[in-house]
Amino acid sequence: MSSKPADYTLLDNVQDSSTLALSGDWVQGQHLSTFGALQTELASRHLTHLSVDGAALGNWDSVLMAFLLKCHDYSHTQAMTFETRNMPQGIEQLLAVATAVEAHKAPTEDSPALLSSFFLQNMARDLWGHLRESLAFTGEVTLALVRLAQGKANTRLVDFKTFCFQAGPNAFAIISLTSVLVGMILAYLGAVQLKQFGAEIYVANLVVIGMLREMGVLMTAVVMAGRTGAAYAAQLGTMQTQEEIDAITTMGISPIEFLVLPRMLALIVIMPLLTLYANLLGIIGGGIVAGGMGIAPIQYILQGETALSFSHVAVGLIKSLVFAVLIAVAGCRAGINSGRSSAAVGQAATNAVVTALVYLIVADAAINIIFQYLKI
Amino acid sequence: MTEQTPPPAHIEVRDLTMAYGSSVIQRDLNFDVNRGDIFVIMGGSGCGKSTLLKHMLGLIRPSCGDILYSGESFFQASASRQGAMRQRWGITYQSGGLFSAMTLAQNITLPLELYTRYTEAEIVDIVAYKLALVGLAGYQSYYPSEISGGMQKRAALARAIALDPEILFFDEPSAGLDPISSRLLDELIVQIQESMGATVVIVTHELPSIFAIATNSVYLDNISRTMIAYGNPADLRDHSPQPVVRQFLTRSAAAATEDKP
Repeated sequence: MSSKPADYTLLDNVQDSSTLALSGDWVQGQHLSTFGALQTELASRHLTHLSVDGAALGNWDSVLMAFLLKCHDYSHTQAMTFETRNMPQGIEQLLAVATAVEAHKAPTEDSPALLSSFFLQNMARDLWGHLRESLAFTGEVTLALVRLAQGKANTRLVDFKTFCFQAGPNAFAIISLTSVLVGMILAYLGAVQLKQFGAEIYVANLVVIGMLREMGVLMTAVVMAGRTGAAYAAQLGTMQTQEEIDAITTMGISPIEFLVLPRMLALIVIMPLLTLYANLLGIIGGGIVAGGMGIAPIQYILQGETALSFSHVAVGLIKSLVFAVLIAVAGCRAGINSGRSSAAVGQAATNAVVTALVYLIVADAAINIIFQYLKI
Repeated sequence: MTEQTPPPAHIEVRDLTMAYGSSVIQRDLNFDVNRGDIFVIMGGSGCGKSTLLKHMLGLIRPSCGDILYSGESFFQASASRQGAMRQRWGITYQSGGLFSAMTLAQNITLPLELYTRYTEAEIVDIVAYKLALVGLAGYQSYYPSEISGGMQKRAALARAIALDPEILFFDEPSAGLDPISSRLLDELIVQIQESMGATVVIVTHELPSIFAIATNSVYLDNISRTMIAYGNPADLRDHSPQPVVRQFLTRSAAAATEDKP
């Protein structure tokens, strides 16, 4: 069966009314001319009545219906009466269904310009927004902690244990890998430079102090931000889309106490332990490289011992506690404030990691400055 | 085309046994859905209605038996053939199944872009028309999360009819809707079915819907784990030899399950 091209002819006016005769096959792939051309012609005729004749129509599909609907809507806006004649079966009924409900007038909004989201001003505003949300969130968490201390919080021990397990033992493998490698990198970088002064042996000091004060805790925090912080955001975001957080709230349970506290406390307990573990492995990794550079293990250990002091360990542990809180706040806040669509959950996870990393670096710098000032 | 043999039914379910692992959900299902039917799959909660629908949609492979569309087996067809068959179906899922990250217009545009040769301008017009059909004209730029549950169901229907399907599947279309919205949706289904000439398969246990729109139905029993009634629901209500089916359709207080051994 050969298909005839879809076409329309606007017949001459009879007084103020005109007939639009449709012919051919109105199906996909015909690429008929746009409604715009017809619209200008209709406008030039100043009609009060438009009737559409389908006597010569062949096959048809949605494209015809879309055309008829446009004719109808146009007639409607121009206060013209509209009718269809000799239409194949089904069309009039479909048109009746399609035009039964008045079109919804969407409130007009200024669509943001494409580039504007990259403007510094907007970035700053976003960051400020995040910061304010985080502060408010931290306040709520503090209040919840107070209630927990009073023994009035709805925080379940079993949740806390689960999250401890997820954040701790399950992260051993990745923490081991990163900290051994970071220790090796530190030792390698230091050894190459120190060798020029014949002071390779001080590689041990460099690795011990570097790992304990800075790299051990920072690498652990970065891994936890990506691993645990993002997971928290995704869990809570999904709970938000499934109305689980609404359910918790309406049961009279504070979502902060029930969902956020166990996660945050788990991180606070686990992070220092992971940091100690990372420190140890980093120092061992440094020892491997030092061994390769001709420093005997016993020399490395003895030299390292001279650098080891309680204050270095304490600095790392204090940082790990601060970082734990920051990662938990960034992750949980992003999750709790997530939108209710699948894209929003992804956005929340991204947010969690990005804000956590920014917080980590800024906090690390701040803590270093404070300790420098205090001469610790 | 010669008219000697009657054309095969639109959907034929043959000796279908559905099972998850070793637990059988339903066995020996045999029924036809004729062209132009509004066919209802009914039964108590947990009897496997939705599972049957998932089998008909080819989402789950039957452990035994086959499903034929216009005489062609779905599960023995090649992957590309299955894809071609699926393009002629429109499906609305129990919770809508709209893509939450896309606007309504984008939801409906997606299948049109993938499977048709319409131009971009035509697609814009067709999307407007499909939304108008379900009473959502002007809601193109809304996200599913910004409209009510009933509107989401209708938007899902608009997406289901985007490709002018031959078969429309509905999983619990009126679940979670108020009686009036639910009735309007029923009417909409009938109007679209009549004017597009599609075959409709509905999973539901809403009695008013069943009597209002169904032309044929099958009842799945969750005790004997097979179909125990097949026919027009109004006939079944009055004349079914199975007391369980009559009780289900008359909403009798006597627990349907207690009559069975």
